[in-house]
Amino acid sequence: MSFFKRLKAKLTGNAAEEEKVEQPLLEEVEGNEEDKSDAVTPVALQEEPSFPVKEAKDIEEVAVTLPIEDTTVLEVVEHTQQEHAQDDVEEHEEPQEEKEEKKPSAWSITQKFKAGLAKTRDSFTSKVNDLVARYRKVDEDFFEELEDLLLQADVGIETVDELMDKLRFEVKRKNIKDTNGIQTVIAEKLVEIYERGEEDLIELNLQPKGELTVILFVGVNGVGKTTTIGKLARRLQQEGRSVMLAAGDTFRAGAIDQLQVWGDRVGAEVVKQSEGSDPAAVMFDAIHAAKKRGVDVLICDTAGRLQNKVNLMNELEKVKRVISREIPDAPHEVLLALDATTGQNALVQAKIFKEATDVSGIVLTKLDGTAKGGIVLAIRQQLNIPVKFVGLGEQMDDLQPFDAERYVYGLFAEGLEKELEDADEE
Amino acid sequence: MAFEGLAERLQGTIQKIKGKGKVSEQDVKDMMREVRRALIEADVNLKVVKEFVARVSERAVGADVMKSLTPGQQVIKIVQEELQALMGGEQSPIKFNTKPPTVIMMVGLQGAGKTTTTGKLANVLRKKYNRKPLLVAADIYRPAAIQQLETLGKQLSLPVFSLGNEVSPVDIARQAIEHAKEEHLDVVIIDTAGRLHIDEALMQELKDIRGIKEPDEVFLVVDSMTGQDAVNVAQSFNDAIGITGVVLTKLDGDTRGGAALSIRAVTEKPIKFVGMGEKMDALEPFHPERMASRILGMGDVLSLIEKAQAEVDMDKAKELEEKFMTQTFTFDDFIEQLQAVKKMGPLDEILKMIPGASKIKGLDNAKVDEKQMAHIEAIIYSMTPAEKTNPEIITASRKKRIAKGSGTSIQEINRLLKQFEDMKKMMKQMTSMATGKGKKKMKLPGLDSLFK
Repeated sequence: MSFFKRLKAKLTGNAAEEEKVEQPLLEEVEGNEEDKSDAVTPVALQEEPSFPVKEAKDIEEVAVTLPIEDTTVLEVVEHTQQEHAQDDVEEHEEPQEEKEEKKPSAWSITQKFKAGLAKTRDSFTSKVNDLVARYRKVDEDFFEELEDLLLQADVGIETVDELMDKLRFEVKRKNIKDTNGIQTVIAEKLVEIYERGEEDLIELNLQPKGELTVILFVGVNGVGKTTTIGKLARRLQQEGRSVMLAAGDTFRAGAIDQLQVWGDRVGAEVVKQSEGSDPAAVMFDAIHAAKKRGVDVLICDTAGRLQNKVNLMNELEKVKRVISREIPDAPHEVLLALDATTGQNALVQAKIFKEATDVSGIVLTKLDGTAKGGIVLAIRQQLNIPVKFVGLGEQMDDLQPFDAERYVYGLFAEGLEKELEDADEE
Repeated sequence: MAFEGLAERLQGTIQKIKGKGKVSEQDVKDMMREVRRALIEADVNLKVVKEFVARVSERAVGADVMKSLTPGQQVIKIVQEELQALMGGEQSPIKFNTKPPTVIMMVGLQGAGKTTTTGKLANVLRKKYNRKPLLVAADIYRPAAIQQLETLGKQLSLPVFSLGNEVSPVDIARQAIEHAKEEHLDVVIIDTAGRLHIDEALMQELKDIRGIKEPDEVFLVVDSMTGQDAVNVAQSFNDAIGITGVVLTKLDGDTRGGAALSIRAVTEKPIKFVGMGEKMDALEPFHPERMASRILGMGDVLSLIEKAQAEVDMDKAKELEEKFMTQTFTFDDFIEQLQAVKKMGPLDEILKMIPGASKIKGLDNAKVDEKQMAHIEAIIYSMTPAEKTNPEIITASRKKRIAKGSGTSIQEINRLLKQFEDMKKMMKQMTSMATGKGKKKMKLPGLDSLFK
């Protein structure tokens, strides 16, 4: 369970940190409720599904401040509460979400991620759970069924094969006979394949303040490059960086206008030329404008292009070359926008865009649909390109940093939670 | 990285069977396993794959294959036949309303290519069907979607109906149909906003638009690169609003396009058009047999044969074969070959059609740049007849002259000479292979970089 605890701790955020956030609110909590909460035990909480919502919320806050002796138990308390509140009364949950939004904690991001992945999770995890319920023994049938689930998540046959091999080995080694506990092993192995011992894969290579950072966006048509740029601009601004946008999609009708609208929305200047002009020239202008204005980050849009169009890929190389000529180590990030609904072709996309522009990270868009985007595991495995962000909707704030553990957690959430409860009762 | 086609996949299994004399049920099973993997890698939905494989195995076990001397080919044949059958027979044209205007709705996920397809479709309607289409900008959500359609309308000189992004799409559609009647425009194409199939509010909006006037066609626009999720998307859209056909976009990419099969299997609606490029005339009718070959990664043999037969002179081909064997292949022959191939169409298209091209080392990533071909031609044309027949005599000063004459550089000439040498070597290999020896992997050295 050690992996799981680590995962849980990371996902729910540092307990002490959460406490600080909640502190001011706790002072308002009335005495009688405090009494009540003192007596609360994890079991009692779980047995109170009909808890009045307001009380449930308060108690949960109090629960966090209880003298911390057994963190695991506390997290469960907090967690169970959150789940109750969420499941039972969604509307009441919202004000709290907003409150957390002000200072996004690891926990609230997980919530958001989970919400975005809810659709994915519903179908995927319920399938895993069905599976567990149906199979008591871990045998070939079980593995075959599991393989099907992963294939349906677009993970791709090679990666699935590798995972299945690892799982079979693990099951043999640990002598796992029944399906209880197998979900943790699955999650663990998926994360292992993804992370390969590396951490901090999602940090953007941003230059120190005062120096210009250039981020180049590439990808095939219709994956959401422009939208993602809008969202990323917003994100960087919220981190206190000034942002400028370069309208490098001079080909598609209306693309420049689209970026301009995003620029207006987030309040970022857009450097543009007329439709049909040379995108490299736009970049040249943009870099000079950005330098002159002392902007922190310049985000460059490019036209969508299919990776097998040699001329267009050459054009993209040129765009990158022009940027590098103006600023030697730029672009500091080349982000490939990838549609989560894309199947195995995503691997080819990643490979060829990497060859042309040395892609440094992926933004997995449209993850709020029912597609799972499992191909990112294969991309990471075969091409070593990490996912840096995920797009979870069309709103300005719907861009979140990718975290392999959270991603897997999103897929396996219910199963994992159940296991934790079981482990706790023992 | 390039995914293996079915033919290559079956190679291994067939090797095992060879010499056994009889094909067992287990062998068929093994082959079916490869069929399954090939289809999954082509992004065909797993459930669809399973049903499909079950059907194919039944036929395969039912004697044909096991008795056959060429079991591999038999399996491929059965698979292709079944695949083609599943893809649907002949293409169905657009259904027009006897009482104009005909209403066509374009629906789909974000980024599938609805707006671009709307423009292309209008272009086809005008050119091929002699209609007067009206484009309706009903995507009020995505920034600048309306501008995009307006720009396309301007490019095509077609009228675009828009009311800005403040009016509801339902009202826009209603007024557009009225407008079309007044202006005697006989087809109304409504470009709706991209939406997730699970977004109930937006799906309701589509139902409302549908409610104004029963559309004659509802086209689901799907990205041909879509993976396993294609089934969910198609099913949801079909259940909610009842699609009448599918347009598969971005098929000019290098995806296998298994989504086509998935969608067809779950909705049983025909694929009517395929998008083959970003230009406004790049919308083509759907060919089930071509799609079947493509999904299997087998190349479009039929089309290639058609083209080759039309262009290749049989006598010349014999002569060439002779030259291959005797190693007297010269630059003259080379350029003749180039010309013949060029007549068949764009080279990368042709390469795609060759079965197994993706497997041959060097060819799998052969990207053909037509400009590069022109350079090669220029270089060869700048050689003297003696140089063409006997490239060994090309010295440094001759190279300089050729470079000047062809407007290229000495490096390019060196490269061409080297590649020509390699090609000759390769031919030697191939001819020795043809004479029975060696399971050596086919290899065309330098072909990948030849046209770069």
